[in-house]
Amino acid sequence: MSIDWQSLMVPLIVPVVKIAVLLFALMTAAAYLVLLERWIAAWVQDRLGPNRVGIPLTKIKMFGLGQPLADGLKFIFKEEYTPAHVDKALYILAPVVILSAALAIFAVIPFGDVLPIEVPGVEGPIAMVEAPGVDVGMIYVFAMSSIAVYGVILGGWASNNKYSFLGGLRSSAQLIAYEIPLGLGILGVVLAAGSLRLEEIINGQAASGQWNAFSQPLGLMVFLIASFAEAARLPFDLPECEQELIGGYHTEYAGMKLLLFLIAEFLHMVVAAFLIVILFFGGWHFWGMEVGPDVTVTWPMAIVRIAVLLAKVMAVIVFFMLVRWSWPRFRFDQLMNLAWKVMLPLGIVNLIAVACVVEFAHVRELEGGVASPWIAVGVGWVVALVAWFLAGRYAPLHTDNRPRLEVLRAPDFEPETALARQREAALR
Amino acid sequence: MNSNDPDIKWIDEPQLGLAGKMYLPLVVQGLTTTARHLFSPKVTVSFPESRPQIGNPLIYRGVHRLNKDEQGRVKCVACFLCATACPAHCIDIVGIESPWPDREKYPESFTIDELRCIFCGMCEEACPVDAIELTSLCDLTGRSREEMIFDKEKLLSVYDQTVAAEPMKSRAMGGTV
Repeated sequence: MSIDWQSLMVPLIVPVVKIAVLLFALMTAAAYLVLLERWIAAWVQDRLGPNRVGIPLTKIKMFGLGQPLADGLKFIFKEEYTPAHVDKALYILAPVVILSAALAIFAVIPFGDVLPIEVPGVEGPIAMVEAPGVDVGMIYVFAMSSIAVYGVILGGWASNNKYSFLGGLRSSAQLIAYEIPLGLGILGVVLAAGSLRLEEIINGQAASGQWNAFSQPLGLMVFLIASFAEAARLPFDLPECEQELIGGYHTEYAGMKLLLFLIAEFLHMVVAAFLIVILFFGGWHFWGMEVGPDVTVTWPMAIVRIAVLLAKVMAVIVFFMLVRWSWPRFRFDQLMNLAWKVMLPLGIVNLIAVACVVEFAHVRELEGGVASPWIAVGVGWVVALVAWFLAGRYAPLHTDNRPRLEVLRAPDFEPETALARQREAALR
Repeated sequence: MNSNDPDIKWIDEPQLGLAGKMYLPLVVQGLTTTARHLFSPKVTVSFPESRPQIGNPLIYRGVHRLNKDEQGRVKCVACFLCATACPAHCIDIVGIESPWPDREKYPESFTIDELRCIFCGMCEEACPVDAIELTSLCDLTGRSREEMIFDKEKLLSVYDQTVAAEPMKSRAMGGTV
């Protein structure tokens, strides 16, 4: 029995190389995003931020670009302390679960279009995604990001600490609540694109030149806000709000295990940024590019596409970081009300609007005509403005916890002094 | 105190206006503020490369100095008022009979423990002859505890070092003492 090892090995090399490059890039990116986060935090507060660490053992500063290395070294040399009261197995498992789930999401996320490399044994150009052609790409992303909840809950539970546990509980409630508007935002895009593959969703937007952000502004808002909550970024960082919960679910963690949690958090933000760009801002597409199935992608085109995608992602990440310093944290009842009473209805409205537009286009197609793409844009914006106005005007953003005077006071309550009677009359 | 107490004033929280309820105007407002600060001039001083600007040297409380009079003698008359006023007890004076006719005593030794000092400036206020003053030198460092105990010579040398930039404080100059 002879096995053609070469034909087996060669197709295997490409994904392995991709995974290696991706892992290295993601870890480096996470480290440098920490630096960017610190810079932006400093600049917003009129400070300079880390600008001293440069090349080790020299006096070259390079605007502090060596800081991630120093931060990493610090974490490595920290004591790997495990408190005595924790559930050891789960305690160690939690950061591994959360980081591996966060990394696994990137298997289906395209980092560009294709690279025009000829590899013997592989058909066509190399797709800039670890697992090209996954038909359930969007569902996979959704499933994997849900697994992150396990990491948070396990961490909170295994720590055997009230603060950690409260952080884990809050986090689970928050992530489950916001997964619904997140899913509704995705559904609108999937409905419009007619595919769950992220590459297809980008191609659809590139072909029409009309990004989903223009035709589904309401979906974008819902998805954007829900992804802030899913990534547990301010103003939704209740799972780890320092003032109330010390560190939240990772209070008891130190050293490398804490670092795994922190990297996972940054990766969640990166995933959210990628999804926002891919689903709503056309991925690697920019106007003026040659697009279409019959266009052969050359090297310059491939590089421009990667650069455009990454630039967009970077812009979204900077937006995430600016938002962090713009608003205070939501109270928990406000958070829940926003999810269930505002975002959920808005998501459903967006879904219905998109469904109507898609069905209308479908009917026109069956009749032999072509529906103008501007109908989608017009309907999208009108629906978004009306729904947003109604939600802002009538949806309760917080629980009314004012004292209920009519319950607190007996009906025959009569104040004793004349001044108090005056006040009472003014109150009623 | 129960809820029926007439002295309790019940206040409703202010209601949001229409723009506030729409949220987006406030979002834009908040982001604009953040973005403006992102590019505004920074207040951090990169210390060893650039020095902090002391707003008003007359009221800044840095390292002490012992002033000299026109003849180059120490102005101090060893009255112990500064040592008495000092809440940190960091001033130690040994006064002996003065060789000069214009005063009875002068300090044979005058030491300030700069590590103990809390830089409250009360010695400066207490001094009747404007002999002890706080300069605007703010980077006070040393490699040992002994080095941080400033004796009379050291304090006089601080005067020599700073007198050009900071003449003696007086009310006429707008100073506080």
